[in-house]
Amino acid sequence: MNLFSKIGNFAIFLGRSIFIPWHIRTTKERIYEQVHNVGIGSLPIIIIIAAFVGLVTTVQTSYQLIGSVPRYLLGSTVGRMVVIELGPVLTALMVSGRCASSMAAEIGTMRVTEQIDALEVMAIDPYRFLSLPRIIGTVISMPLLCIIAEFDALLFGGLYAHYFLNVPFSVFNYGLTHYFFIRDLFGGLVKTFFFGLVISTAGCYFGFQVTGGAREVGRSATYAVVVSSILILILDFLIALVVFG
Amino acid sequence: MIEVVNLSKHFNGSVILDTINFKVDDEKLVVILGPSGTGKTVLLKSIVGLLAVDGGEVFFDGVSLQKVTKKEIYRIRKNIGYVFQGTALFDSINVFENISLPIIEHTSISKINLNKEIKRILKIIGMEGKERLFPKELSGGMRRLVAIGRALALNPKYLFYDEPTTGLDPIACDRIKALINTLKKDYKKSGIVVTHDLEIAREVGDEVYMLKNAKIKKLKKIDKEFYEK
Ligand SMILES: Nc1ncnc2c1ncn2[C@@H]1O[C@H](COP(=O)(O)OP(=O)(O)O)[C@@H](O)[C@H]1O
Ligand SMILES: [Mg+2]
Repeated sequence: MNLFSKIGNFAIFLGRSIFIPWHIRTTKERIYEQVHNVGIGSLPIIIIIAAFVGLVTTVQTSYQLIGSVPRYLLGSTVGRMVVIELGPVLTALMVSGRCASSMAAEIGTMRVTEQIDALEVMAIDPYRFLSLPRIIGTVISMPLLCIIAEFDALLFGGLYAHYFLNVPFSVFNYGLTHYFFIRDLFGGLVKTFFFGLVISTAGCYFGFQVTGGAREVGRSATYAVVVSSILILILDFLIALVVFG
Repeated sequence: MIEVVNLSKHFNGSVILDTINFKVDDEKLVVILGPSGTGKTVLLKSIVGLLAVDGGEVFFDGVSLQKVTKKEIYRIRKNIGYVFQGTALFDSINVFENISLPIIEHTSISKINLNKEIKRILKIIGMEGKERLFPKELSGGMRRLVAIGRALALNPKYLFYDEPTTGLDPIACDRIKALINTLKKDYKKSGIVVTHDLEIAREVGDEVYMLKNAKIKKLKKIDKEFYEK
């Protein structure tokens, strides 16, 4: 089927971008640059989004739980939802929207203005020069962003519970830590690794695919976001089956 | 020496290059003339391997580009400077960084020597003091000069120019032509210039070919009527 050959191409592209000589001396700097773009650059939006995720999750959970179960369960339920599911997935979707699109647009523009041909003819492997640092930079950034997002969400959830739901911080925290399994955190972080791979590979892959002009560049940015978002949710399900199923 | 042997290329059934044969001797410039859309760019890109050929071979100093590994192709390309028709400068970095990129990638040159080397190249192309400008801040002629500077970065043996003077004013044209001549005479660069400009063919070409209807033909003298025919 067409879909499988697409995923095959995707995997081939990933392999071609990673299983090459890395030339650490020059690549290192470009990896820092991408950690800066993807990681530091996404921080503000991730912090804002995660705060609201924490608030909403707490409100909704308390609406469903309070009155029927002990209050500290609010902390454990919100905690697990955020750490296992919401933190990794929402971080990934945000980074996908922000970075997969910009990678595809940037590389696509370089393709149509022959800058990638220029690299080729200077004997610089464009995969090493463009996709390798983006992939590694994103894979490094994602777990860090995710941990920050989770901490942020739980902080705001806890604050809301403390001030508005009559669940003191200590009680919320008790539920959070008492029912905390390292598997939850680990499962969440494993996901972010794969999400990082998917986001950056989609961004670079669709950028390299561009032939034509401005319209194709725009389209490739859209594809990068759509495809990486879908793959994020599919992977999320598969990893959930393996780790928690 | 570059030898092009029976090079053929087509796109979706329409033949662009049909068994092209010619060679470029060391320290010589070959000019290939042809009206727009005849396949000059396709020819140049096929020769350096940016486009896969459908038939034939290109030899650089006896080594066939079609018969060697990617690694070997990259080794050969370090000896090639390519000036793109649209310059293809990296638009997110400045002139200095554009010219130094290939040097940094391929050598472990010190910062001081890099600065010296870039200064030397800027002097050759006559762009001293412009190293902090970005490509979008340059005029068309200056962009071409920087593109030539970048092509010179690895001190290649061969230079390929794709329509180096097209779309420039006469003064910029003269400057580029003079530079191409200097690079040939004083720096011993050989290579290929493809163009539709008869003037440049007359001024820099050691040998002149005409590309028309997918075939290439050597010209004895460059003559306007012949070109238009
Ligand atoms: N990637 C491509 N796909 C299909 N056709 C192409 C491609 N590149 C060039 N061509 C065709 O090859 C012909 C020669 O193009 P080109 O080499 O750019 O001409 P020019 O002599 O002006 O440089 C044109 O007719 C163009 O339509
Ligand atoms: Mg052309």
